[in-house]
Order: sequence, then structure tokens, then C-alpha cells
Amino acid sequence: MGSATSDLPSLRTPLSDAAEAGLKIVIVGGFGVGKTTLVRSVSEIRPLNTEELMTQAGVGVDETRQVATKTTTTVAFDFGRISLNKRLVLYLFGAPGQERFWFLWDRLFSGTLGAVVLVDTRRMDESWYAIDRLEHHKTPFVVAVNRFDDEPDRYSLDEIRQALCLPAHVPLVDCDARVRSSGKGVLITLVDHLYEMAMAQEMTL
Amino acid sequence: MTRRPVDIGDPDRLYTITGGRSRADDAFDLVTLIVSESAPRAGMQSEHARILDLCRHPTALVEIAAEMKLPITVMRILLGDLLAMGRISARHPPPPRPQAALPDSALLLEVLHGLRNL
Repeated sequence: MGSATSDLPSLRTPLSDAAEAGLKIVIVGGFGVGKTTLVRSVSEIRPLNTEELMTQAGVGVDETRQVATKTTTTVAFDFGRISLNKRLVLYLFGAPGQERFWFLWDRLFSGTLGAVVLVDTRRMDESWYAIDRLEHHKTPFVVAVNRFDDEPDRYSLDEIRQALCLPAHVPLVDCDARVRSSGKGVLITLVDHLYEMAMAQEMTL
Repeated sequence: MTRRPVDIGDPDRLYTITGGRSRADDAFDLVTLIVSESAPRAGMQSEHARILDLCRHPTALVEIAAEMKLPITVMRILLGDLLAMGRISARHPPPPRPQAALPDSALLLEVLHGLRNL
């Protein structure tokens, strides 16, 4: 969500010289669902914006204009940062869920710890697509419902789980992306989930 | 939604910066931490000098890219040059896992502790 990033030059806050490994978590969701808001609420730096080039023919279809193009297009994404300790730095990426983005998934996000699908109940179909793609890429994920004040009907988590055809083992939580403790809770839910799965996997080895 | 394009309005500039190369190997991850091994020198390509300046402390590829307003592919090419010249070192993230394999549980526990202590 570009509107949430300021145009001010960033104040660079250097990492500890002992920092030795960067980790990734990706937050996936449609435009305006609150990805950058979530990144901002937990990040130690103001969210930054960067781009990657996309040159594959035929995939640069801009849905808003319905123009197919073979020239280079770009895919933009926001990110923030959390120093977990002196050694580990966690980068949070806000990834737009639109179709063309998934062509870049492996190039950008291979090795990601996992993903958070951020859901706006007013636009559930976008989340459905993101979930489908994450399953395809075998990326473990949790789903967080960003509750907006003007939601016409407040769906229960059970109703949302059903609407998304979300398997019972995938955690589904409410959140308020604007609130730091809430955003932090979503990340903990994800890593807890990953940890439990990793423990189960290691037990069977 | 408003987007400020990252110099894409002038592809010639990107072409010049990379000496005409448009493909980078994926040796550098988005979160590979780059550290300068020497100070910028007069006569260096300005982008190389800027990277050395930015990476006095460990800095992730994606942060350098955002700071320099250059696409990831272009950053990978520039960092590959500097690595080959011995002017930077790279601290890589844990190696990519086979599909469907999970990260190491000890690492995940460390991440959990870090998040809980925020």
C-alpha cells in the first residue's frame, strides 16, 4: 500500500556489526488490506519500498488497463525490519497478491520462513487466490483477518474459515494491523505454527 | 494507489549502470547482508562507491536497493562485481530448503524468543 509510505528520505539505522543472518517473512494480501500498516506497526525502521524488474513476455498484463506488454514492467513491494537479537534480523515483506507477482515469488522469496495472508472480509476472493498460490509454492502460512471498523457484517472466524476453504490445521486469527501488539501477535502465531510443524517433522526423521 | 517508479522511466540508465547486463545470478538473496571491505575510491563507478559507503555496517541487499532506488536485479549485478573485486563480503541467510521442508526448529525457537521480547 504505497499510500502508507512517506516520501521523506529514510533515516538510516544501521544493524549491529554482529548481524550475521537475515530472515524473511512475507505478508501477502490485496491492495489496501493493510500490509504496509502491519509492517509499519512492528518494524524498527520506516517501511521502505523497492522494485524488481519483470521482463517475461505475456505476463506483464496490467489488469487495470488490460494492456498486454512485452516491455519491462516492475513489481513493487514494501518491507520493514526487526532485529531479533545481535545475530538475527527479520525482514518483513508486504507482497501484493495480484497475479503477476507470483511469477517473481521464487526469485524474491525462496527460503522465506513462512507467510501471513492478510484478509479483508470485504474482498475475500483476493485472499483465496493468495492461499491457493502459497499452497502451490508449499510455503507454510497463517491467515490474519484485519478488522476494519466499517465492516458491514462482522463475519466470525468460523465463517471466514469456511469461505476461504481453509484447512483446520492452518491458524486463523483476528488482528488490528495498526496496533503493534496485535501485529506482533500475528508474527508469533506464524512462527509458533512453523515451530510446531518443524518439531513434528524432526520427530519423524 | 500511487507508486513512484524506481528509475524505470529511463531504462538506458539501468543499462549503463550494469554495462549492458540484464541478468544476474541469484547468489545474493534479498536479505543477504553486505559489508564493505574497503572504502570507496576516486574513479570508481559511482554506484559501486555508494554501495561501499552504505555498507560500512551490515546492510541487506533489499535495503541498499531501496536506498539507491534501483531494482533488485540491478543490485545483484552490482554486488556481484564488488564481490568479485573483493571489496565487499556477503553474509548469506540459511540456505534455501527443498520445497515443503521446514526451517530448523532451533532457529525458529530463536525467532520466537526474539519476537516475544519485542
